[in-house]
Amino acid sequence: MPKALHSLLLALLLLLPLAARAAGDADYFIAAKPNEQASLLQGWAAQPDPARLELLSSLQQGRLGPDDSRKLRLNNRLRGLVDNALASHRLLSDDARVRLAAAQQLQKSAQPAQVAFLDRRFASEPDAAVHAALGLALANLQLVATDPAVRLAAVRLLGETGDPMARTRLESLLDPSVETDPTVRTAAETSLAQVKRKLLIGELLGQAFSGLSLGSILLLAALGLAITFGLLGVINMAHGEMLMLGAYSTYVVQVLVQRYAPGALDFYPLLALPVAFGVSAGVGMLLERTVIRHLYGRPLETLLATWGISLILIQAIRLLFGAQNVEVANPAWLSGGLQVLPNLVLPYSRLVIIGFALCVVLLTWLLLNRTRLGLNVRAVTQNRNMAACCGVPTGRVDMLAFGLGSGIAGLGGVALSQIGNVGPDLGQSYIIDSFLVVVLGGVGQLAGSLWAAFGLGIANKLLEPQIGAVLGKILILALIILFIQKRPQGLFALKGRVID
Amino acid sequence: MKRRSLIKAFTLSASIAAMGLSWTVQAAETIKVGILHSLSGTMAISETSLKDMALMTIEQINAKGGVNGKLLEPVVVDPASNWPLFAEKSRQLLTQDKVAVVFGCWTSVSRKSVLPVFEELNGLLFYPVQYEGEEMSPNVFYTGAAPNQQAIPAVEYLMSEDGGAAKRFFLLGTDYVYPRTTNKILRAFLHSKGVADKDIEEVYTPFGHSDYQTIVANIKKFSAGGKTAVISTVNGDSNVPFYKELANQGLKATDVPVVAFSVGEEELRGIDTKPLVGHLAAWNYFESVDNPVNTQFVADWKAYAKAKNLPGADKAVTNDPMEATYVGIHMWAQAVEKAKSTDVDKVREALAGQTFKAPSGFTLTMDKTNHHLHKPVMIGEIQDDGQFSVVWQTEQPLRAQPWSPFIPGNDKRPDYAVKGN
Repeated sequence: MPKALHSLLLALLLLLPLAARAAGDADYFIAAKPNEQASLLQGWAAQPDPARLELLSSLQQGRLGPDDSRKLRLNNRLRGLVDNALASHRLLSDDARVRLAAAQQLQKSAQPAQVAFLDRRFASEPDAAVHAALGLALANLQLVATDPAVRLAAVRLLGETGDPMARTRLESLLDPSVETDPTVRTAAETSLAQVKRKLLIGELLGQAFSGLSLGSILLLAALGLAITFGLLGVINMAHGEMLMLGAYSTYVVQVLVQRYAPGALDFYPLLALPVAFGVSAGVGMLLERTVIRHLYGRPLETLLATWGISLILIQAIRLLFGAQNVEVANPAWLSGGLQVLPNLVLPYSRLVIIGFALCVVLLTWLLLNRTRLGLNVRAVTQNRNMAACCGVPTGRVDMLAFGLGSGIAGLGGVALSQIGNVGPDLGQSYIIDSFLVVVLGGVGQLAGSLWAAFGLGIANKLLEPQIGAVLGKILILALIILFIQKRPQGLFALKGRVID
Repeated sequence: MKRRSLIKAFTLSASIAAMGLSWTVQAAETIKVGILHSLSGTMAISETSLKDMALMTIEQINAKGGVNGKLLEPVVVDPASNWPLFAEKSRQLLTQDKVAVVFGCWTSVSRKSVLPVFEELNGLLFYPVQYEGEEMSPNVFYTGAAPNQQAIPAVEYLMSEDGGAAKRFFLLGTDYVYPRTTNKILRAFLHSKGVADKDIEEVYTPFGHSDYQTIVANIKKFSAGGKTAVISTVNGDSNVPFYKELANQGLKATDVPVVAFSVGEEELRGIDTKPLVGHLAAWNYFESVDNPVNTQFVADWKAYAKAKNLPGADKAVTNDPMEATYVGIHMWAQAVEKAKSTDVDKVREALAGQTFKAPSGFTLTMDKTNHHLHKPVMIGEIQDDGQFSVVWQTEQPLRAQPWSPFIPGNDKRPDYAVKGN
């Protein structure tokens, strides 16, 4: 405590002359050549001075000061040095959270010249978490210390982290010409094994997550088709275009919100959900009434007709919005990611989409199994004539079920617009995957589609790092063909006398 | 907007219908010029603006009285990002529409697909995009950069102290001829600089790839082994999900800079560029270049986009391939005036040594023998407004080396254009 008081007094004492000096630093910095700027920043990082904090924060924003309009040119090297110097200065902050973030930044970027300063902060740091983080930042630099005991302690400490950088640093110590002390070398080996284990966990979790994420996207793309093709038996080649309509609805909602209610822009994807559902379901029902219902029981004609419809829809969108992709921006709460492990970041947009996909599945399941409409749909798909005899309005049920399938595809389109491109051809890239999922899962089964989507997603992501994206995709297709040969009914077949 | 597009579509189809009937009548008064760019499909994001730029340049030349007293008449076709369709459409342009010259293509695979057609029918193609080299056809003039005018200086910059002194290189590309050849050249170049194979990773994705999770995770893992730079030859709209994923997984330009060879101002229009500040692109022109020729060029383009009400006209930008298209059309027009004919053989002869004051701020020269432009090289950093700021550039335009010395066997290639290679 007396130490903090001491530095506070010191800062107060120096306040007046320092204010003038900070402005001098800015002038000095802008006048320097890039190489001089770099050494200037390195010097500041080694000997932090609270008066420079404002200048450095401004530099990080690409300016010289809060209201300095002079043009500043930084390159990546200088930006890195600014980040490092700023972290160095922030270690002097009174807020423990600021110090913690600074120490974590220094773990990545600290330079040998900063050892003395870090040593001092390490000795005087009151907060336990910051203390530990500083210890790690220091350990990175102490690997080349002259005292073997210091090196040994640093190596042991690094073994505790899962930091990907620690691995390379430790690996370099295994060479007898770099590290002369055998005890340190052995310790480095043990620590390296520890770090590798931790990194492996992060990697496996990362692969599992990207598999789940791809699976959730496939699921959203295929779920609508699981109803229109799976339950109604319509080979709906225009399904991809329902996804596209959903994505374009999102775009239109975004533009409208931007124009009429800019304050609510952050929440436009939520607003887009009902709109996309409505648009896609409306178009779906219209198609069912005007074209598809005349073709029930004639699969080949249905296929051709819906393919034609898909071309018409693509061209219509091209005429309305142009052939180029439209810009659908991620709102702030869908940008960035959650740092779980040092080598594992889970992007928010993907987390939200996984949750959203599961919600949509749940709602669809409830709708089909717990409502009167669902009962009617199931009755009609199992035995149309018997259902009609019992007074089920089969025509209306067909229309509503097709609308439901299309509407769900529209919801999928909203999610797709957040991670990919929105263009007239959007549907084309998902239609094949959608059919794969439905056929693999077993026609007429929602649960089948769920398993197939996540299975395909995870298999794809496990294969991709080994053999690359191009070969991976080919191999998956080949495996599915083999599987369907062996088991034409898909993963889950309906038992008993249902459907035909 | 709907009505206008409908009218446009109608006039287009009407003009196509009329073409068969009326070209003989019109041929006497106009010179037909073919424009062969994808207006739909995955490459539309990049190529549509080249079509519009070509139309603007033709309009400007016509406003000054045309070429040799004749007006230019553009014939626009849409090969729809479909490579075999490029060959079909170019045959149609050369045999049915009898165009004097074609401006077009973006991807190398499309150029490779039309090349036999142009050589067979002795047509003339102006190709406006940076590419992998390894080609020098007498029927093509290349107004984009060869590898030594873009890729190699970019890597040299990354290895320099200002560029971050990169030691490891992650080569990421779309799976086709341009990225594969460029990476082959770059690998040989890196070897010559003492970079070992374990410090080079090569990864390819299909066209239109949209799931970059695994690749970005791999880049992160690879970068833990030392200062890493990513060299991206990803083409078309796949760039948007790639950069989004980079930002979402928290990979910043100060940690791992990405230098892209196919991302310009036009591609960045579709993304929020704040998380991308500091990533790099290597080109021979940027919209932000400050000189009177460019100020005029940019102003003309913005006015044209507004007048024609192009999609997104309020945010219209120029980029390198647009500049190369503009330069190419002007050079062709100059050569036609010099040759006093549109005959391909005469124009080819007249093109050698043509010069043009380009928006890049340099007077560019068409090489006397190798069909390539001498071009300056610039490295730009992405800014938060979607523009680039030039961080490095050559003093003078460089002569192109289409046959890269880093590919074995190229030292025996002739330095003039020969058919069929």
